[in-house]
Amino acid sequence: MKSQALGGIGIHFRAIRQSVVMLNPVSLIRNPVMFTVEVGALLTTFFAVSDALHHGGQALFASVISFWLWLTILFANYAESLAEQRGKAQAESLRTTRSTVLARLVTHDGVRTVAGSSLKKWDLFLLSAGDIVPTDGEILEGAASVDESAITGESAPVIREADGDRSGVTGGTRVLAGELRVRVTANPGETFLDRMISLVEGATRQKSPNEIALTILLVGLTLIFLFVVATIPAFSAYSKITSSPTVLIALLVCLIPTTIAGLLPAIGIAGIDRAFRANVIAKSGKAVEMAGDIDLLLLDKTGTITFGNRQAVQLIPAPGVSLGELARACRLASLFDKTPEGKSTLALSESLQQGPSPIPEGLEAVAFTPQSRMSGADTPEGAFRKGSDDAMESFIGHSLPPDIKNAVSEIAESGGTPLVVSRDKTVLGLIHLKDVIKPGLLKRFERLRRMGVATVMVTGDNPLTARAIAREAGIDDFFAQAKPEDKMELIKKEQAKGRLVAMSGDGTNDAPSLAQADVALAMNSGTQAAKEAGNMVDLDSDPTKIIEVIEIGKQLLMTRGALTTFSIANDVAKYFAILPAMFIAAYPQLGVLNVMRLATPVSAVTSAIIFNALIIPALIPLALRGVRYRPLGASALLRNNLLIYGLGGILVPFLGIKLIDMVLVTLHLT
Amino acid sequence: MLEYDWIQILVSLGLILLLAPLVGRYLAWVYQSPSLWLERGIYRLLAVDPDRELTWKEYGKVLLLSNAFFFAAGFLVLWGQALLPGNPRHLPSLSPEVAFNTAASFVTNTNWQAYAGEAQLSNLSQMLAITFLMFVGANTGMAALVAVIRGFTRTGLSTLGNFWSDFIRFFLRAFLPACFLLALIHVWQGTPQTLRSAVSAKTLEGPSQTLVVGPVASLETVKNLGTNGGGFYNANGAHPYENPTPLTNTLEFLEMGLFTFSLPFFFGRMTGRPRQGLALFVVILVLYGTGLGVVEYSEKMQNPLLAPAALSQKATALQDGGNMEGKETRLGITQTSLFSNTSLAATTGAVDAAMDSMNPLAVLVYLVHMFLNEEPGGKGVGFAGLLKEAVLAVFLAGLMVGRTPEFLGKKIESREIKLAALSLLVTPILVLCLTALSVLLPAGKSSIDNPGPHGFMEVLYAFASGNANNGSAMAGLNVSTPYYAILIGIEMLLGRFLPLLPLLALAGSLARKKRLPETAGTFRTDTPIFVVLLLGFMGLVAALTFFPPLILGPLLEHLSLLHGISF
Repeated sequence: MKSQALGGIGIHFRAIRQSVVMLNPVSLIRNPVMFTVEVGALLTTFFAVSDALHHGGQALFASVISFWLWLTILFANYAESLAEQRGKAQAESLRTTRSTVLARLVTHDGVRTVAGSSLKKWDLFLLSAGDIVPTDGEILEGAASVDESAITGESAPVIREADGDRSGVTGGTRVLAGELRVRVTANPGETFLDRMISLVEGATRQKSPNEIALTILLVGLTLIFLFVVATIPAFSAYSKITSSPTVLIALLVCLIPTTIAGLLPAIGIAGIDRAFRANVIAKSGKAVEMAGDIDLLLLDKTGTITFGNRQAVQLIPAPGVSLGELARACRLASLFDKTPEGKSTLALSESLQQGPSPIPEGLEAVAFTPQSRMSGADTPEGAFRKGSDDAMESFIGHSLPPDIKNAVSEIAESGGTPLVVSRDKTVLGLIHLKDVIKPGLLKRFERLRRMGVATVMVTGDNPLTARAIAREAGIDDFFAQAKPEDKMELIKKEQAKGRLVAMSGDGTNDAPSLAQADVALAMNSGTQAAKEAGNMVDLDSDPTKIIEVIEIGKQLLMTRGALTTFSIANDVAKYFAILPAMFIAAYPQLGVLNVMRLATPVSAVTSAIIFNALIIPALIPLALRGVRYRPLGASALLRNNLLIYGLGGILVPFLGIKLIDMVLVTLHLT
Repeated sequence: MLEYDWIQILVSLGLILLLAPLVGRYLAWVYQSPSLWLERGIYRLLAVDPDRELTWKEYGKVLLLSNAFFFAAGFLVLWGQALLPGNPRHLPSLSPEVAFNTAASFVTNTNWQAYAGEAQLSNLSQMLAITFLMFVGANTGMAALVAVIRGFTRTGLSTLGNFWSDFIRFFLRAFLPACFLLALIHVWQGTPQTLRSAVSAKTLEGPSQTLVVGPVASLETVKNLGTNGGGFYNANGAHPYENPTPLTNTLEFLEMGLFTFSLPFFFGRMTGRPRQGLALFVVILVLYGTGLGVVEYSEKMQNPLLAPAALSQKATALQDGGNMEGKETRLGITQTSLFSNTSLAATTGAVDAAMDSMNPLAVLVYLVHMFLNEEPGGKGVGFAGLLKEAVLAVFLAGLMVGRTPEFLGKKIESREIKLAALSLLVTPILVLCLTALSVLLPAGKSSIDNPGPHGFMEVLYAFASGNANNGSAMAGLNVSTPYYAILIGIEMLLGRFLPLLPLLALAGSLARKKRLPETAGTFRTDTPIFVVLLLGFMGLVAALTFFPPLILGPLLEHLSLLHGISF
């Protein structure tokens, strides 16, 4: 699902309508800070009305304040519902991919055509070319190429086949070629797509642990400020100052952390939404949040770090043999070798010759057998062979020349695989085969390291090869000669040390480890078992996508932290606006506290409350986009964010309130 | 400021800086080494098993019950003073409300004095109720801190140690020996230490005078070392018997700071993270130093209201310049500033001058010290409070760097935040509500002798002092009325135990957690940037909470002074 220009203007209308509905106190009490604002708004509205009825002088002021208080709540509601609506729009576009599909259900009395939505778990159905997959299932028989662009946005078709790690099909995708017999793995309403939709719609959204902790802190601060404001009338009375309830409510609303409380739900939803845009479906917000905490990332070598096959990178001639001669021998020995290693040797040797030399007549293929462990071709010029060093030693009947032996161990130590090439019993040289690391990984692992995430490569290779590849890819550690069950042990061991472990996987044998890992990214192309065990699924089936998820998790926490700091820091300026306004009439000597030189007490209070309201919509884009994460190390990040959101949080409202005050004065509104 | 002021400040602070790390190291040994034979004997006598580990709930229960017992004993001694021996002057018993207030005051390490010691207490009461409870309060505070620290040092355990073992170790190995040795120096400098209760003297002018004496030196050392602060005499450290010479003034300053300033180093040692201890020490030092600077500035300031009178407030060879009202000329401004700032920061509450006569900015500093109450704060509990602030600051920091926050390898989650926030709530609620109540009710207002912001400040100060378990008072507010005696008595108990229990629970919760290994992504809490964050967080929350009363009290008085307005 690539994100489109979502919803356009309509989404804003729906969000506005929703924010009015959300004024219902029963739903608002979930957010205690905004609920407090609502109580304040009700009170000031009451003051305004009763003052108007009794011809008190405060009616206009109270109505202005209550107007802005209501607006504050609406802005906060708007932030939350905008995030939700964006999710809904995403879900909607998913849902359209599932028009009413018919399915061929296998029953006792043959195949019946039924509505796709009526399929239940364990039902069997058939698919053939051109069919749209009606629901999630696991292939029992057959293989097919499937177009998954409706889900992943990736137009290249993928192969799905029975008995392997690519046996899952997803509802909404289209079979391009092949016949499949599929077992349904999810009841209606529980399919992957359904869960995805309900998740992005926020229907199953629960507060994540960290969000709960932050809410507790915000409620604590709100309580403190409640006592601060509630005791002011007593202090004022002693000091012979009359205090206006409207101003007190305005002060309370300014002090309690409305900015972060208003944006908190939106930040959480936007986090899941950002993962979604990266084509990762998180099963819960907690999973995304947890990704930010990962200490250790387990990566399979094959398929994740390397392309999964070894390639020839170098030819080393034996003493007295020219490179051209060796290249020709390699070419002849590989002409019939259809393995990736053989193909790459052929390509390399052809590139090393000045144009491929003509192939001699009368070539006879010698195929690789487990017994001989070598392959090649018999030609009139002689028998060309290539194979591992020990196989070749027994073929030529004596040990390899010392120069070649040295070269063999050098290649092995560097993590490569040496192949010895011979004509008849003469050793001509070596082919250096090597795992090729996917481009760009070095940079990504470097980024991970700076984030504080250690990487461990899991491979079945011997330790020598593993070390060399790990070094080349910039991996911190490796686990060599690993059997699938070892991965699970490794995860448990690291978790016992208090580390949070992430991994990505696709196979059924990955499922237990995926379930054990703290953050587990399953590949969409993988088996149903793997997808069930993971707490996220990558629709692009890119194992390194986990890095992006980690960044999204970090961004989520950072956005919360930054806006909380900003929100609390804002209070300083609001105090300097409202407190002098309250006390200055009785004690002109306190005028020095009016550092912003606000025009009148009324304009000061009004400006503060307007700033407090407007800052919420002003920060909605930041809340939805997230604070930018850069892997600088924790201290540098904190310093930057403290400067921007702490110091900035203190200074910005001074400017903002002064500016609003100037506008109010210019418009003669005070 | 004169050169000479600088020398006094630098020498005093230098001594603290020199001693604090050593004492911290010694205290760590006290808690980390096996029991001594003497201690084992005491455990056998008391029939306690020092190795029985207690969960936070059990620890808290033993702490509360033992303190309740000591409180009741202290109350009975004071209430029944007239019936008890050791009372040659036949002083009457204290009224029940003052006895309640005093017992509460001393068991909570507050040492708020709603009585005048020399006029109302027998020597037995001074020793059995006052000096004894002074020991209890300080020992309890240290025990609580050790339990809280164990929350950070332990992994996967649900217990926090044994209260009695923690209580007695500190008492026997640190508190008692230090008190004993230092008391001898006080005696050498002229402080009385006797079981006699009065001597008669003929003054220079001829008439005879009765001078009250008693076991002053022993009380003096425990008063300062235990951050208690309650004096033998009503004039406290300004009384020439309690504080006879500039040497004793410096000594008392050192005694107040000796254990309290060593606690960050103690913490660093206990947790095996000396850098962390140092970072917290810097936090304390910055707050303390800023306070000292403002107090010194404020007291060197000349009072503009006195300008028209023919008074010289300028510094000369013969007098310190500035606000000398209420100060001992033998001590001068800088000694007084050092003494009071330390007393207020370490919540000792001892004074060597009249707090009521200080300039409003100095009072503002004292109020802020009591609101924060943790730089370094009272014996043990102050530093435990600082750890709570650190937990909250770490939470914010963790969020800002994109990681679930952790402090010393322990994850800070919603339970920890809930408990820390609960502990944080107590001070604002108690101080704000009780002050508001007292400036509204006639019973509260009738005790105010000074009109305007000064009177307000006195009430605010009284409740700040009660909650912080500081115990110092501005005179000018009549606090021996039943209203204040009972209200402040209750406040001292709540202010002591309400924030402490959530901290024990916090420690209990942390002790159970796994310790996370440090990675490059871990946010380090022993760096200058964390010091800045912690200072900012503490300052911001305290400022936001107390801004309104601070404006209507000290700031209003200060600005009025500058404008020549009096009330």
